[in-house]
Amino acid sequence: MSDTTVQLEVFRYRPDNDGPTFQSYEVPYHDDWVVLDALNYVKNYIDGSLSFRWSCRMGVCGSCGMQVNGEPALTCAVFLRDHMPGPIRVEPLVNFPVERDLVVDSNGFMEKLDHVKPYLVREDETDDLDAEYLQTPIQLDRYKQFSMCINCMLCYAACPVIGRVDEFIGPAALALAQRYNLDSRDQGKQMRQDVIFQNEGIWECTFVGECSEVCPKHVDPAGAIQQAKLEGAYDYYKRLLTPWARRS
Amino acid sequence: MNEIPHDVLIIGAGGAGLRAAMAVVEANPDLSIGLVSKVYPMRSHTVSAEGGMAAVIKSNDAREHHIYDTISGSDWLADQDAVEIFVDEAPRELIQLEHWGCPWSREDSGHVAVRPFGGMQIERTWYAADKTGFHVLHALFQTSLQFSQITRYDEYFATTLLTAYGRCQGCVALELRTGELHVLRANAVIICTGGFGRVFPFTTNGSIKTGDGLALAYRAGVALKDMEFVQYHPTGLPGTGILITEASRGEGGILLNNQGRRYLQDYDLGEPLDVHDPRHPQNRAMELGPRDRLSQAFMHEQAAGRTFDGEYGDYVQLDVRHLGEDRINTRIPFVRELASNYAGIDPVAEPIPVRPVVHYTMGGIDTDVHGATPLPGLYAAGECACVSINGANRLGSNSLTELVVFGARAGRHAAAAVARQQLSDGPEIDRQVAAERDRVAELRARPAGGERVAVIRDGLTTAMEAGAGIFRDEDSLSACCATLRELEERVARISLDDSSPVYNTELISALEIDGMVDIAQALAHAALDRTESRGSHQRTDYAARDDANYLKHSMAYRTDGDPRIEYKDVVITRWPPAERVYGSTADKDGMPST
Repeated sequence: MSDTTVQLEVFRYRPDNDGPTFQSYEVPYHDDWVVLDALNYVKNYIDGSLSFRWSCRMGVCGSCGMQVNGEPALTCAVFLRDHMPGPIRVEPLVNFPVERDLVVDSNGFMEKLDHVKPYLVREDETDDLDAEYLQTPIQLDRYKQFSMCINCMLCYAACPVIGRVDEFIGPAALALAQRYNLDSRDQGKQMRQDVIFQNEGIWECTFVGECSEVCPKHVDPAGAIQQAKLEGAYDYYKRLLTPWARRS
Repeated sequence: MNEIPHDVLIIGAGGAGLRAAMAVVEANPDLSIGLVSKVYPMRSHTVSAEGGMAAVIKSNDAREHHIYDTISGSDWLADQDAVEIFVDEAPRELIQLEHWGCPWSREDSGHVAVRPFGGMQIERTWYAADKTGFHVLHALFQTSLQFSQITRYDEYFATTLLTAYGRCQGCVALELRTGELHVLRANAVIICTGGFGRVFPFTTNGSIKTGDGLALAYRAGVALKDMEFVQYHPTGLPGTGILITEASRGEGGILLNNQGRRYLQDYDLGEPLDVHDPRHPQNRAMELGPRDRLSQAFMHEQAAGRTFDGEYGDYVQLDVRHLGEDRINTRIPFVRELASNYAGIDPVAEPIPVRPVVHYTMGGIDTDVHGATPLPGLYAAGECACVSINGANRLGSNSLTELVVFGARAGRHAAAAVARQQLSDGPEIDRQVAAERDRVAELRARPAGGERVAVIRDGLTTAMEAGAGIFRDEDSLSACCATLRELEERVARISLDDSSPVYNTELISALEIDGMVDIAQALAHAALDRTESRGSHQRTDYAARDDANYLKHSMAYRTDGDPRIEYKDVVITRWPPAERVYGSTADKDGMPST
């Protein structure tokens, strides 16, 4: 335990009130506190009106993404000690509309996930539940990394294209599409490619790789996008130009 | 006020809620489903489950073994008809998850792999590395997106159930984004809101696990069953309470006291084998004993001064170093990630400090094997429900399976029931809606300077740990009950700093704590009245199991005063109560050897 404190500069905004401001809070400093602990201290004991999302505080629910000193991060995984002596500036994730304080509007993100049809598509007539579909560890490895996304939206905050092209389906959703495209059990790749390659923005993604830099789960969405472009564009245009050629 | 009709309303969109929603679609694609959740579905706490899901699929296993493990693990408090259904339906439900894209870890042959788990005599735990709950939740959520019958109400907090003509007919829900109250009507409501570990201070549970659904049902007159049974997981990180999965022991990890001794051998859990012995780890023995026994062993070691001192309390060591870096990375990568990030420990090089931590609540809303509660039209499934398959102690890897088996059953049963019902209208519903609007308005209008939500919450959790922790007695529980009664009065004086209608998370917390104090009283009174020790409920003043008087479920009913505790017989089919035997004195079937 320690007697020192650290100053948080927190973005405040209420739509039913005046425009955004920053508010400073002095909170106790602990070596093993993360930024989320400090925010909870504020909410619990200083100012109950501060709003933010959080739940698991172990980096898997994806709720608590914010900008910490200008960088998108999970606040449950950023230690105060790495930003001392402060002050530490906490803002809502950029590239999203702000609802209130540190809470952003996630509905657009949710629609983008939905858009890529993120589920196994099968041509089987019936679903026989007596046996599993076989999949070897090698086949699993092909998509495993892209299945690790926790939907924390940090990659959207980091993405330079989203900042300019709202409709861009974005890194997490494209990685998710690729996760299913690469799954040996799936037969829906063509359907997803149609969605992906008609989307505004994918051609503007220039492998800057900011999305992969900030990803707390090392999903590497930039890699997924490049992969999808390389292998997908060929299939997609071939099919457009030769509609009689069926996928084998 | 907006009134929105559906056929089936599901409150809670974690593993159980999502499975229930898809079961309704499967049963009758013409039904409309409203899926209400206070968080986006993929934030639900199912996401944090790590180790795996139990189901009999391998040729060396059999249903009888899984049934016996579950019943003996429950200290014979599980209903045996429910356990039989659970075990029988588990394999198809897990294959269903596989067909919905869950990335199960595999054998080279392409078949799903299984690992050993605590209290299980044969390895039958399916896993997706050590992020099983995460993968299961995301697979369910993503799969659910294709069904247009499901309308989601993300970030809506259900504040009360609506009942008329003896039937549950919907709920009132607060939309976080606007602060508006909505009336959601349906002929069947399925509560899938998870457990209530957050009534304790030190828990693996996320902040959302406040038992909201239990409070809804309890206030609608439904009993809360077996509330006194709270599972402490033996291996949480001190300070944060972050879970270090039992899979770490299933893969061969060992527990050491401050003498470097594998102390579990001193607690009737068998003899240790060398970690390099090919027979290590032994099923149903030592580190693969049941969670209640392991957590209790820690308490004895602590009392004997054989634990380590730490800033966040005493701890023992979980050592996985002998597994080697490769195995740690492929089988338990999340353990390495969590220990590194949150404890500054690399498990490849150092033992992990661990201590018992509140993890799971066996008790919950009283349901039958269809997920139906005694209130017509109301169902419950998952951790918020008590069927009961877990009895006095749940076995690791049975809870995720319970979500899908009983989520699906509740969904199917609700779908069949609504097809036969007409939605009843009535002034009674209007009256309840108006009363709920007044209740929320009154809370928001209270003048400043009242009680703080967080202070009440601190009082609650402190009282629960002191009075109703791993070991309890009449004095500690009586004191706990008295404190909870005071807190109930103080809850009525909570006032809010936040006056905004938009994302007023302080208001949500106030509504949550109101329910938490209620259900905590059910827990404390049920624990006070059960004068025996069974599974996770250990009374130092009544140390023995008492089948003559307490082979029964406690049933807590809400009254104007203290909860009323009644009892209901446990269903015994083919497995009469016996001694729980673990370790080398048990034969291969887990039965006591003679």
